[in-house]
Amino acid sequence: MSNALDHQPAGLRDDLALIAEWITPNARILDLGCGDGALLAYLQDTRNASGYGLDIDPDNVIACVRAGVNVLQLDVEAGLGQFEDNSFDFVIMSSALQEIRRPDKLIEEMLRIGRDSIVTFPNFGHWRPRLSLGLRGLMPISGTLPNRWYDTPNIHLCTVRDFEALCQDKQVEIVRRHVVNHARRSSTAIRTLPNLLGEVALYQLRQGKS
Amino acid sequence: MAISDTHSVGLVEPRTLHVAESMPLDCGKPLDRFDLVYETYGTLNADHSNAVLICHALSGNHHAAGYHSADDAKPGWWDKCIGPGKMIDTDRFFVVCPANLGSYAGSTGPESRHPDTGRHYGLDFPVVTVGDWVRSQNILREALEIDQWAAVIGGSLGGMQVMQWAIDYPDRLRHAIVIAAAPKLSAQNIAFNEIARQAIVTDPEFHGGRYYEHDVVPRRGLMLARMLGHITYLSDEAMRAKFGRDLRAGRVNFGFDVEFQVESYLRYQGASFVDRFDANTYLLMTKALDYFDPANTAGGDLATAFAPATARFLVVSFTSDWRFPPARAHEIVDALVDAGKEVSYAEVGSDLGHDDFLLTLPNYVNTLRAYLDRVVAEAGT
Repeated sequence: MSNALDHQPAGLRDDLALIAEWITPNARILDLGCGDGALLAYLQDTRNASGYGLDIDPDNVIACVRAGVNVLQLDVEAGLGQFEDNSFDFVIMSSALQEIRRPDKLIEEMLRIGRDSIVTFPNFGHWRPRLSLGLRGLMPISGTLPNRWYDTPNIHLCTVRDFEALCQDKQVEIVRRHVVNHARRSSTAIRTLPNLLGEVALYQLRQGKS
Repeated sequence: MAISDTHSVGLVEPRTLHVAESMPLDCGKPLDRFDLVYETYGTLNADHSNAVLICHALSGNHHAAGYHSADDAKPGWWDKCIGPGKMIDTDRFFVVCPANLGSYAGSTGPESRHPDTGRHYGLDFPVVTVGDWVRSQNILREALEIDQWAAVIGGSLGGMQVMQWAIDYPDRLRHAIVIAAAPKLSAQNIAFNEIARQAIVTDPEFHGGRYYEHDVVPRRGLMLARMLGHITYLSDEAMRAKFGRDLRAGRVNFGFDVEFQVESYLRYQGASFVDRFDANTYLLMTKALDYFDPANTAGGDLATAFAPATARFLVVSFTSDWRFPPARAHEIVDALVDAGKEVSYAEVGSDLGHDDFLLTLPNYVNTLRAYLDRVVAEAGT
């Protein structure tokens, strides 16, 4: 059995390891909400990548600097207008799309700035949240959605189907999709019923030809 | 006293570099023969790879850290950040800080005597630019046999010199640390400078800049200029916290003497400045600020101006700085990103204002420290 985790570098968060698989060598990268810079540091070392991370948290900024990653302490929500069209190979936003005020506008911006964009998000269509809400009548809490309704940063949760509907509306080309369970593994079952069995969704997107 | 503090560089002595050759200036006139006064802290390593240049701001000088004598009431202007174990760690770096040309503090300036005439330069001292300063600092670099600065660091007007270094001498620095700066002054910034200059030149004791020969100083003008400056160095919030509307005598006197604590503070700052600073230098420094605009020679495009730079950049701004607010730092960062340069940017949450760059807010110090750790690691010092 071969899967992405077999190649996971020590210390790199599972979902970041999955993203890293999709990055071509020598790529120029803009990582939105880059955290401690682990992904960029890994890509610099293994893929000869370059670019910048964006993060507003001062501790994350210090961690990035310590890791030798270019970091810009800027608020993604304040807009990305300063970045030129097609100025990066990949624009990445991992596990934060659901925290953004207007995910649709942000995706537009990512597609404008990057040749390719990569987004990951927790799939609200997974059977567990459905069960929690549908049968128990409670907002779901799980490993991928650990917060309660009142303290969650997630204001725009969506399902795999929701997301793909948005892509279709906006004529966004889905280059690749990878839907995994909580252990960041895929299976034939998940590939067959991603919206029901997948907990985390990864997408590689491109501006569709209009 | 603080001089015995293990985190102080202790007693330091300024040194002077006599430059015998003539140096071209941006104004077109050359400067024949000049002195640069500078201080150094820490030890230059065997391969000369651990040298850091500190560029001073408007009212600064070569005395960035330590004490000149055991009786000094105050250490150098950036002593909080330079010393053994401090943000700019003199156990690891050889730190060099010169006084800029036009200075009041020993480097050749308006108070110096012209080598040919023996008279004080006064306003005949050429209007020097940030580019001229960097050119002269590069002569100091050569004299110290430093092939390449590990980093050039400066705040405010000092940060402008850092940018100029990266553009003019790309091979001569590995890192450019630009703090609380702007890529050029705004009209509002220039307006403040102009009021400061007018306060000085309209002082009856100014004598067209030849006040040295009349044995007077334009005290009132320079004092007003400094008082004005101090307002721009502090945030509204900091002034509120520091002084509020506190009255010195506890009640209003219906008069025009000092009544509010903030008035007392400004008068004190202004008066003590007059005792150490030269009015002509103030005119020159504000002009250098006004003229600084590296984009100007690159068709108005800052990214194009940065094109030759090869240094890695760290840009830092402070949220309460209204003289050079974060938006001005964004201009620098955006241009560096557009030019494809290596850059990190920290926007430090602060209360005090522009002066925060001289102090030790934890997020500021820790960011610089983390960055300088990398500088050390890659140099193998």
